[in-house]
Amino acid sequence: MTHIAVVDYGMGNLRSVSKALEHVAPGHKVLVTSDPAQIAAASRVVFPGQGAMPDCVRELDARGLRDAVIAAAAEKPFLGICIGLQLLFEHSEEGNAAGLGVFAGKVKRFAAADMHDVEGAKLKVPHMGWNQVYQSQSHPLWRGIEDGERFYYVHSYYVAPEDQSLDAGFSEYPARFTSCVARNNIFAAQFHPEKSHNAGLKLLSNFVQWDGGN
Amino acid sequence: MGLAKRIIPCLDVTDGRVVKGVNFLELRDAGDPVEIARRYDEQGADELTFLDITASSDNRGLILHIIEEVASQVFIPLTVGGGVRAVEDVRRLLNAGADKVSINTSAVTNPQLVADASSRFGSQCIVVAIDAKQVGDHWEVFTHGGRQATGIDAVEWARKMVELGAGELLVTSMDRDGTKIGFNLPLNRAISDAVDVPIIASGGVGNLVHLVEGVKEGGADAVLAASIFHYGEYTVRQAKEYMRDHGIEVRL
Repeated sequence: MTHIAVVDYGMGNLRSVSKALEHVAPGHKVLVTSDPAQIAAASRVVFPGQGAMPDCVRELDARGLRDAVIAAAAEKPFLGICIGLQLLFEHSEEGNAAGLGVFAGKVKRFAAADMHDVEGAKLKVPHMGWNQVYQSQSHPLWRGIEDGERFYYVHSYYVAPEDQSLDAGFSEYPARFTSCVARNNIFAAQFHPEKSHNAGLKLLSNFVQWDGGN
Repeated sequence: MGLAKRIIPCLDVTDGRVVKGVNFLELRDAGDPVEIARRYDEQGADELTFLDITASSDNRGLILHIIEEVASQVFIPLTVGGGVRAVEDVRRLLNAGADKVSINTSAVTNPQLVADASSRFGSQCIVVAIDAKQVGDHWEVFTHGGRQATGIDAVEWARKMVELGAGELLVTSMDRDGTKIGFNLPLNRAISDAVDVPIIASGGVGNLVHLVEGVKEGGADAVLAASIFHYGEYTVRQAKEYMRDHGIEVRL
């Protein structure tokens, strides 16, 4: 059996992601790697990321990983997490950076100044903590997870896909935003399944068993 | 429904054991950190914070082993603080499995550390801990576990730390810590109103009413408590149910 590759481009702590994958997939080899050949050889690919998007793009290119990630996203079960979701889009307001352009659409910043909850209290940015995730389409990765289950988020930017049919899940802060996208073999989430307790582990476990189809 | 307010049990760790003191003195043993972390995780804690208060440098490495062990069993965010002096310290803790690192005294002695660490690892993983005490009509920042006055205004300091890249602030009232008489609500409210990033209120929790006050009156996005959980007075779940029953959105 080949391995699960966790793409390492020097941005953020990948230990949590690999530990959580090992926990849900004891029979699989989890490889944290910055080697394009290891990504090409993997049976499935996890594309995480933390920090600022312009730095992420730069570090990805510095390691020559762009083509390997785009190729993986075209053909095998692929899970983007956090910046790994945002990078799939064409452009981010963060540092006016171009993404990989796998999907059409932009990455936008929460407008902190105009955001209040129903009681009028100021909402903070980053959006940090456990928010409810509503499933906008059925998907193998949602199997066994309740609609409206809480997942752990920490981010200041969110994706706005041009094609609304990509939307696989959303949260409200305070307005609805797309927090998961799905298309063919790709699923990507803004929240951190590796830090989202049982619900997050369930999603990772579903990913490890997923054949990339619907 | 939206974002839940968080409950964060805090584990003060010295020489590999969890302890709790009153006003940073009179330490009492509260147990094994990995075992306690697992218990809180099962009770539904939203995050865990570990503060390494080990005095001797010989035992500083212990916290890394503890974090490694917790991170392989507990899949919620982990924050670690105490003795973080350099970008390298931040890196070591993140590699051990911490999701966020809390910077306290070094933020005062070397504010550039906050900027450097957040530009290297992202502001989402940099928490600045502000220990404040009332001095006259305002709050002042204290360092070295509350022993050293800095003359810095706590609210101004909070703004400056966010400008430098802090993604979250842990606000501890030194007058209240370990006293069980409740958070310093005006302090928390003043800082929460002054910045856009989330605030964790800390210091003084003695009962569940205090947690509700921290959110409703103190404007806290998360509440941190230690002794009410360590000695079994309340479980995390009881605390969350109480908050929910008082109109606060929590993850249950």
